[in-house]
Amino acid sequence: MIQVFAFYLFAAMVIASGAVTILARNPVHSVLWLILAFFNAAGLMVLCGAEFIAMLLVIVYVGAVAVLFLFVVMMLDIDFAELRAGFIKNFPLGIVLALVLFMELLLGLGAYKAGALQLGVADGTAATPAGMSNIEAIGALLYTRYLFLFEASGIILLVAMIGAIVLTHRQRTGVRGQNVSRQNQRRPQDATRNVSPEVGKGVQL
Amino acid sequence: MIGIEHYVVVSSILFVLGVLGIFLNRKNVIVILMAIELILLAVNINLVAFSSFLHDLTGQIFAMFVLTVAAGEAAVGLAILVIYFRRRGTIAVDDVNRMKG
Repeated sequence: MIQVFAFYLFAAMVIASGAVTILARNPVHSVLWLILAFFNAAGLMVLCGAEFIAMLLVIVYVGAVAVLFLFVVMMLDIDFAELRAGFIKNFPLGIVLALVLFMELLLGLGAYKAGALQLGVADGTAATPAGMSNIEAIGALLYTRYLFLFEASGIILLVAMIGAIVLTHRQRTGVRGQNVSRQNQRRPQDATRNVSPEVGKGVQL
Repeated sequence: MIGIEHYVVVSSILFVLGVLGIFLNRKNVIVILMAIELILLAVNINLVAFSSFLHDLTGQIFAMFVLTVAAGEAAVGLAILVIYFRRRGTIAVDDVNRMKG
């Protein structure tokens, strides 16, 4: 009973906050509603027994992606009112397209429930072994069968990181930075000189 | 009891909301990126639900990879957005075809 209640709570919240995300006037509010949607989706995943993915969703999406969005939205000085110009004009077409797409998805679900699709069944090689927790089973599978895919996803993250840095890096002129190699190349005889000035004459710098 | 079809309906609604968000906010590329995140979230819910109901962990591992790609996509997309804003002073994406590339 509590499970059914929790499911409907999380489902209603994720859909409501998703709707407000795309309809909100202010993108900062959009990001905050998006964070709420991620939290509720994580709740849905906990309900069906995937704790690891749920926690990963909270850490990666809420901790990294949503904060990145918030950062960019707040950093750029954008006139958001002007960007909403075509909102009302696109509304009817968007609603019609969304309804058509939703009906198609429901049609697919109906076909699945009617048993008309031969989707194949799980062969049991990737099932959670008895007595093993979700995270243990995922780790056992990820570091054996999916090891190369796992490393490939690490490379994807590396390339994304390098790409983001290269894109946004700005070579600023007029800034005097430290040049380590020039510092190391400099010898004492180039930098200093011995003079013995007469009394009362001073030195020329 | 909650069955697989409940999860599929929820994720379908979320997916359609994401597509609708792309249509409604055609100019605002930040909201478009957020709508794409919503779409990927819907896909992840679907993958995890089927994985759980079919007792096969492959779906959850695939959801992890989707998460990775979503994070990379958001980072690179926002970086492009930042340099675009630096150049043009706006993020209206309905006139980004000026390069005609």
